[in-house]
Amino acid sequence: MVELKIIVKTLKKPFPSLMFSILLGFSVSILILALTGYSPFEVIKSLLNGVFSKPKYISNVIIKSTPIILTGISVALAFKAGLFNIGAEGQFIAGSIASVAAGILFDLPAFFQILVVLFFGALFGALFGCLVGFLKSKFGIHEVISGIMLNWISLHICNFFVSLEMFHKPNSNNSFAIRETGYTDLKKSFSFLKNSSFSDILKTDINIGFFFAVILAILVAFLLNKTKNGYEIRAIGFNSKAAKFAGINIEKNIISVMLICGGISGLAASLTITGVSPHCVSILSGFENNGFNGLPVSLIAYNSPIGCIFSGLFFGILIYAGKSMQSELSTPSEIINIMIGIIVFFVSVAGIFPYLLEGIFKRRKKNE
Amino acid sequence: MNSFLSIISITLMYSAPLIFSALGGVISERSGVINIGIEGMMVTGAFWATFTCCFTNNPWLGFLIGGISGSLLALFHAIASVFLKADQTISGVALNLIGPGLAFFFCGLLFDGKTATNPITNKLPKIFGNNNFISEFMGVLNVDITVVIALILTFVIWFFLYKTKWGLRVRAIGEHPVAADALGINVLKLRALCVIVSGFLAGLGGSSVTLTISSQFNQTSISGQGFIALAALIFGKWTPFGAYFACLFFGFSQALAINFGGYNFISPTLLSCLPYFFTLLALMFVGKSVSPKSNGIPYKKA
Repeated sequence: MVELKIIVKTLKKPFPSLMFSILLGFSVSILILALTGYSPFEVIKSLLNGVFSKPKYISNVIIKSTPIILTGISVALAFKAGLFNIGAEGQFIAGSIASVAAGILFDLPAFFQILVVLFFGALFGALFGCLVGFLKSKFGIHEVISGIMLNWISLHICNFFVSLEMFHKPNSNNSFAIRETGYTDLKKSFSFLKNSSFSDILKTDINIGFFFAVILAILVAFLLNKTKNGYEIRAIGFNSKAAKFAGINIEKNIISVMLICGGISGLAASLTITGVSPHCVSILSGFENNGFNGLPVSLIAYNSPIGCIFSGLFFGILIYAGKSMQSELSTPSEIINIMIGIIVFFVSVAGIFPYLLEGIFKRRKKNE
Repeated sequence: MNSFLSIISITLMYSAPLIFSALGGVISERSGVINIGIEGMMVTGAFWATFTCCFTNNPWLGFLIGGISGSLLALFHAIASVFLKADQTISGVALNLIGPGLAFFFCGLLFDGKTATNPITNKLPKIFGNNNFISEFMGVLNVDITVVIALILTFVIWFFLYKTKWGLRVRAIGEHPVAADALGINVLKLRALCVIVSGFLAGLGGSSVTLTISSQFNQTSISGQGFIALAALIFGKWTPFGAYFACLFFGFSQALAINFGGYNFISPTLLSCLPYFFTLLALMFVGKSVSPKSNGIPYKKA
């Protein structure tokens, strides 16, 4: 009975309960695969092989994770202010359009070119985010509606942009790629690996994005936990009426939080454009989910910016593993979405597990 | 005259699926449960409806199965957010991953690894039947039966919410669940029921896309309509007719965009922004919409 008490106590802590949710998510999805005729062992083997067997794969996971870590941070920051940033997707698209435009129109030396591209990506993302905050605080428009509308508007603007003669690469669905001076890949810096066993990393689009993501996570965590503005943001998210009573300007804070969130999503986009080939935007028939995936990333991290690094990597592993499972065992790659969905589902109900256990514990005691 | 009629028919065609789903949202959110998962329920409904219709050749059965599959997905939302006090937004996000995930998973499994179902041969009927000999005017007005069902359902739900005892109870548990509980209403059971009904309606919305418009289920059959329905429900201030007209407004701006696209004075891709832009613009004038008071707060009995 003492053990049960310890289990109950541990499950009340966030990290163990998260691990428990992940375990449940894995078990249920593997069960689904087993029921539809795939051997669980093969699945687990190919999952692990697909991610960890070669340095190249790990590098690819990091590259895939970078944008969703950043959009995850964007969503997390908004959550702290009590806002649901479903518009991260649109901010990401706006950022990628602006960075491609800047990367083609400007022609500067390498370092400045990169700065300009990143700046314009973040700026346009920030503008879209800021608009959501503005509409919310001045007109009372719910951020979910304006976010969704701006997602679609930016998707159609992207398609319009690609169709412009100035940017459209003939005979393709893409825009031109940005100038090479704007590339942020690190293949040259890592060229010392050429003759080592890690040489296949050089075949991937290894780039500076991940470092930016880590630095931004730390900066946002610092902003939230160590500054006056961060305190105000958290106060609004915790209880907006009390915050207002304490003299915090809610309207101004909502606009500035959304500005930062949009900027982070936009930066996620410009880091992808500068870092990952084909360095361009394409005609979109639907959303690419770089922003939408930020939602589960943030939720799995309990909306902690630092946590987003790990949950983003975890998410990246699953997405990448899903693809290798698909090519190896021809399991539909949707199983990964199901798995992530189940994990998020259990994260949402995780609070109840210790109490359920406690209930069983008490009932048993009564019966004795 | 011709383009005027075509605008009307496109408006009705686009709005019908949205209306079903938005009505579902009204029921769920009036009872105090936010339903972000509408999108996932629509995809689920669309797939299982098409699947059923492919194998039985009976669109009505497909329509029903679509609704039921949506409500099964909603059941999870109900369990998590009503009984287990989960954060309703989070469990809604989870459903948006699980529902489409399962739909595409089974789509691949049941249709030999393809990402689309076979096209259905038998769609839901139009109101005057599928005969071709009616006049052009009547031809335009010969809308899908779902348009009529959507309108009837709006009436039914309005009547239910505002004119019946149970409707009053649903509104009560969304505004002040403690008071409702004191009057002997089982808050949790009623909320769970509302969520399940909302899933059923969203499932119908999804199936009406594939059973009347696209006749096939693929990755893009439902792309964001659930979120548009969510927006329409807030735009319509959480009332059945508000949601109905918000969906109609959205369909209308879609129709305008399609119609102007034919004239070629603005790029058609830019025109596709119009519905979303108009919605934002309209919202600025409609003013603040206030959600039901206890919307989003899990009810814990003291």
